[in-house]
Amino acid sequence: MTQRDDPAPDGMPKLLCRNLWKIFGQNGAATLEALGPEAAPAQFAARGHVPAVRRVDLAVNTGEIFVIMGLSGSGKSTLVRCLSRLIEPSAGEIWFNGRNLLTASESEMRELRRHKMGMVFQHFALLPHMTVLQNVAFPLEVQGIARADREAKAREMVSLVGLGGREDAYPRQLSGGQQQRVGIARSLAADPELWFLDEPFSALDPLIRREMQDEFLRLQSVLKKTIVFITHDFDEAIRLADQIAIMKDGLVVQSGTPEEIVLHPATDYVAEFTRAVPRAKVVRVASVMRDATGPTPAAQVAATAKVADVAAQFLTEDSVCVLDAEGEICGHLHRADVVSLMLGG
Amino acid sequence: MRGLIPWVVAVLAFWAFTRFGATLAPWAFDWPRAAILPAARWITAFTKWLLNEAHFGLFTFQDLTRAISAVIGAPYRVVTGLLSEGFAGLPPLPWIAVIGLAGLLGHRAGGWPLALLVSGCFLFIAVFGKWTSAMITLASILIAVPIGVAGGLALGLAAYRWQIFARAITPVLDLMQTIPVFAYLVPILILFGFGPVAAVIATVIYAMPPMTRITLLALRRVPDELRDLGHMIGCNRQQMTWRVMIPAAKEGLMVGVNQVIMLSLNMVIIASMIGAGGLGFDVLAALRRLDFGAGLEAGFAIVALAIALDRVSQALAHERPQALPRHVYLKAGLATIALAAVLALILPAAQTYPAGAQLSTGTFWGEVVKWININYFDTLEAIKNALLINLLIPFKRFLIALPWAGVALLLAFCGWRLGGWRLAALSGGLVVAIAATGLWEEAMTTVYLCGISVAIAMLIGLPIGIAAAEKDSLWRGVRLAIDTLQTLPSFVYLMPAVMLFRVGDFTAMIAVVAYAIAPAIRYTALGLQGVDPRLIEAGRAMGCTRWQILTRIKLRLALPEIMLGLNQTIMFALSMLVITALVGTRDLGQEVYIALTKANPGRGLVAGLCVAFIAIIADRLISASAARARQKLGLGT
Ligand SMILES: Nc1ncnc2c1ncn2[C@@H]1O[C@H](COP(=O)(O)OP(=O)(O)OP(=O)(O)O)[C@@H](O)[C@H]1O
Ligand SMILES: [Mg+2]
Repeated sequence: MTQRDDPAPDGMPKLLCRNLWKIFGQNGAATLEALGPEAAPAQFAARGHVPAVRRVDLAVNTGEIFVIMGLSGSGKSTLVRCLSRLIEPSAGEIWFNGRNLLTASESEMRELRRHKMGMVFQHFALLPHMTVLQNVAFPLEVQGIARADREAKAREMVSLVGLGGREDAYPRQLSGGQQQRVGIARSLAADPELWFLDEPFSALDPLIRREMQDEFLRLQSVLKKTIVFITHDFDEAIRLADQIAIMKDGLVVQSGTPEEIVLHPATDYVAEFTRAVPRAKVVRVASVMRDATGPTPAAQVAATAKVADVAAQFLTEDSVCVLDAEGEICGHLHRADVVSLMLGG
Repeated sequence: MRGLIPWVVAVLAFWAFTRFGATLAPWAFDWPRAAILPAARWITAFTKWLLNEAHFGLFTFQDLTRAISAVIGAPYRVVTGLLSEGFAGLPPLPWIAVIGLAGLLGHRAGGWPLALLVSGCFLFIAVFGKWTSAMITLASILIAVPIGVAGGLALGLAAYRWQIFARAITPVLDLMQTIPVFAYLVPILILFGFGPVAAVIATVIYAMPPMTRITLLALRRVPDELRDLGHMIGCNRQQMTWRVMIPAAKEGLMVGVNQVIMLSLNMVIIASMIGAGGLGFDVLAALRRLDFGAGLEAGFAIVALAIALDRVSQALAHERPQALPRHVYLKAGLATIALAAVLALILPAAQTYPAGAQLSTGTFWGEVVKWININYFDTLEAIKNALLINLLIPFKRFLIALPWAGVALLLAFCGWRLGGWRLAALSGGLVVAIAATGLWEEAMTTVYLCGISVAIAMLIGLPIGIAAAEKDSLWRGVRLAIDTLQTLPSFVYLMPAVMLFRVGDFTAMIAVVAYAIAPAIRYTALGLQGVDPRLIEAGRAMGCTRWQILTRIKLRLALPEIMLGLNQTIMFALSMLVITALVGTRDLGQEVYIALTKANPGRGLVAGLCVAFIAIIADRLISASAARARQKLGLGT
């Protein structure tokens, strides 16, 4: 049942949106046209419209975790619902695998969602009258897959998320964390290429949240999906993201790698979030290493590792070798640099 | 307090107009005879035209009604055959089989306790010799409920999908729920003839609007996320409706099903007037003979049926994971039927409950009434007369003497102050419409009976509600009582009232109070319990006494809710009032009832619409003032 992966055309990201707008209220598109893209939110509000998403540009590459971070009401859910066309954008373009989603017909969109997209919801969205297994098998059932096949696949997914043995439980008999595992299993049942997660862990307690984040990273290391992950929690974003976009009042105020954002916040608003983030947890070894000169140290670390994760090495070493993706030595990391980064905050 | 001045001015002006206006403008008191709208004649003529001449090209209107009758009649005959008459030479299901099946259904829905309760109710009916009547009533319900549920569901789904349809259907639903049931019995009688099929149709029409409304509400309450989920996994329309939305809305929908069942029972009883037969007919016949014992017994059988149906349908709303698989019940059901059939062949008593073993309390109740009349006749009579002379009659005279024009202006003023021009136009306009039909006096009689009954119901209900809200144990008891009261068909309330006070306005009032008191209690208690506990704590911290907390905090904050209770009480009272026409009131209900007996659809519908107008005026004005009260308290809308 594995899907043929439509690769994105050369050089094009898996998912791309350009100048995307969503204005809530009657005839949002016409209002946008009338007021023009430079209009202030208050001008929309005066006409009873809510400009929830404004001129958003995003590019999500194959296999990466793209996190959209913003406070409540900043338009994250609206954006992700536009990307999956659960709601119709007021203006802009969305390209998925090199085709324009906004020109897809309803039935084409249905096929795309059935086979290529999965979504995890903040409040789990489990159907209360179905067991865990039935919930997970539901997307396959909708596709008309025979019962034995879909249940086998669902069982596989349930054990993948660590819920083996609870197949016959009803959602209300599970804890919040377990319910979200079911939601995750369900969203993966149809082997999607593009995986949307709308604040999947926000409704969970902090300890469980952390556990689920680890679980999520573990899953992704196996599955290698292209992911759009929504959160209002900056720490969560830093922890999970390959790329982050920070939203405020419907605008993307900055996007980049966690490291870029923490080291070079574009606005005071972003700086406010980054202030409390320990630099060593974000900065990669490659950013602080020096040229490989002098004797070669015995210990080795990867260039992509976070500095905080390799800090323990310096209890015994003065410097370590840094290896690039090919395993070649590309530099040395010195204790002094690590210490100053960690103390510097 | 400045807001009071316009009210005082308006009331003074109204008083002056009433007092001195009669000579200046007599037309404002009595609607000129020449200007009365012959609406009744128009409607009657229209019905005649429909019946005799209307033609839709391929078929006539009469063909259509005949087709509907046939579609409903066929399954009805099957079910009555099964339950009470037998068919193709076979006897009907033995009574023990029916009791067994009822028990199984109870077990499926709620385990052994419910199984026992349900079989117990049916056994009660058999023992008291009401089996045949009860099975006829049950057959009508078994036909009407699926049609009502399916129809309501379809309309609700349509309203959910198309905003325009929702907007178009809402006023129709409002009107349907306020028009008294008698009023549309008449046209149905004309169109479909006398008999059980017409009764089933009336029942379906009566029970469908709440189902439609509840369906729409339940679907709208389904969380957005579940809807998004359906789209995300690529459901098509049907899958979206049947696999996602309806299962997700199931609990709400089952409330609707319960409503349909209870309303159907109520209506099937009332529809005995157009030939439904069964228990309703027994009550009606007893009422006409003034045979209290027989009427009360039939009433008890209705209560037993109501309790069984209500509890089962409520229990079905909740998933019961420990219930046995469906096929077990299916097999057990077939086994029960087979066993009972074999037993019935050997033992006639298993086929029909032996007449010799029937109990009858009829004579007992007759004796009770006699005893009460011998010992308490004077007391009861004294109470009745005192209230009639000092309260009911003066109030009635006062209302009837009011000028319609003054009432229209005063209510329009209320509407304007409470909700703006639209409400003013609606209230005033409806008053004028009532006056224009020439039924002003009957309408005022309705208002007087309704007003007095509601006042008494509130006077009794408020303290009970307040007391119940203070004490949990009391509330549990009270709630059980009012829940049970509310499941009883309105017909049942007439019997005891007639037993004690015979016929007349006073009897009607007693029955209406008994019927309408439940919402007065319920909304008061719920409103008080819903007050934010932090505010009560704050009051206690300031050193308020219990009394102060109650009057200064709780009652103030619960006011909007209590007003909704008042609103419901009025609606209940109006719907009961029409039925009390059977005990000889002289109001709009009587008009409808007469129209029913004379099969005059115009007269019935016009009077029915007048009742609906009164209900709509009361409903809109009270809702508007409740909304204002909420706004003032900052409770949002
Ligand atoms: N259907 C709608 N109609 C009108 N306005 C809407 C609608 N849905 C969302 N909005 C508005 O759009 C803005 C963005 O909402 P959105 O739900 O996308 O925020 P969010 O970032 O997901 O917030 P949260 O963290 O609370 O989920 C908000 O101001 C919200 O009130
Ligand atoms: Mg959101």
